Amino acid sequence: MDDDAVFKALADGSRRLLLDRLHRKNGQSLADLCEGLEMSRQAVAKHLGILEEANLVAVQWAGREKLHFINPVPINGIAERWIGKFEQPRLRALSDLKKALEKKGRQ
Amino acid sequence: MAKSSFVYVTFIKTTPEQLWTALTEPEFTQKYWFGVRHESDWKPGSPWKMVFKDGRVGDTGEIVEIDRPRRMVIKWRNEFRPELKAEGFSRCVFELEQMGEAVKLTVSHSIEQDQSKFIDAVSGGWPLLLSNLKSLLETGAVMLVEKP
Repeated sequence: MDDDAVFKALADGSRRLLLDRLHRKNGQSLADLCEGLEMSRQAVAKHLGILEEANLVAVQWAGREKLHFINPVPINGIAERWIGKFEQPRLRALSDLKKALEKKGRQ
Repeated sequence: MAKSSFVYVTFIKTTPEQLWTALTEPEFTQKYWFGVRHESDWKPGSPWKMVFKDGRVGDTGEIVEIDRPRRMVIKWRNEFRPELKAEGFSRCVFELEQMGEAVKLTVSHSIEQDQSKFIDAVSGGWPLLLSNLKSLLETGAVMLVEKP
């Protein structure tokens, strides 16, 4: 379980999209995840395999159905490596400010 | 029935016995769980609770299944936030599996309720706790002593 696998897995827009979808709704099957995507079922399955390999996706069986869950633990490990506990509140404040300003800009 | 759940996985370079001890001994849990002690006699049907540093009880429940050092299932409910307590009991499953030099720890936490506020509340905490637990077992020190 190394950081290289995590960065490689994240270095692909389709895989980040799959993580976004799991972040919105956790515990989806391959069929659920394929819905509305332009990728083939095989491509989605392959991306999920890479995410699983990097421990960014955890799977559980519900009967015969394989469900996928986003696993943010490795990302948290990477964040903690460079973001100290004292910086965290300030970074959150900055991120809130960015979100608020960008929202205002769209109105 | 609708369900909210998450599954977290981490690989820790330790033994299943050591990891089990870290999950079940109050002296150990308070080191990586921001001072919180997990108290129970760890037998099926026994009560279980989380106690804060100041003695307040956070969450309570019951040991449903226990198979040292492989699997533990806890019935788990929050006690101090009425909107979370109202959702009733959740189910938390810990699974430990030796994989080479490491132990794969899977924590799955679920509740029979769609869009659960309880699951939302605990899901933010688990990644921090698991990172802390991992560094405590692997390096002897935690990353975060206080909850950010």
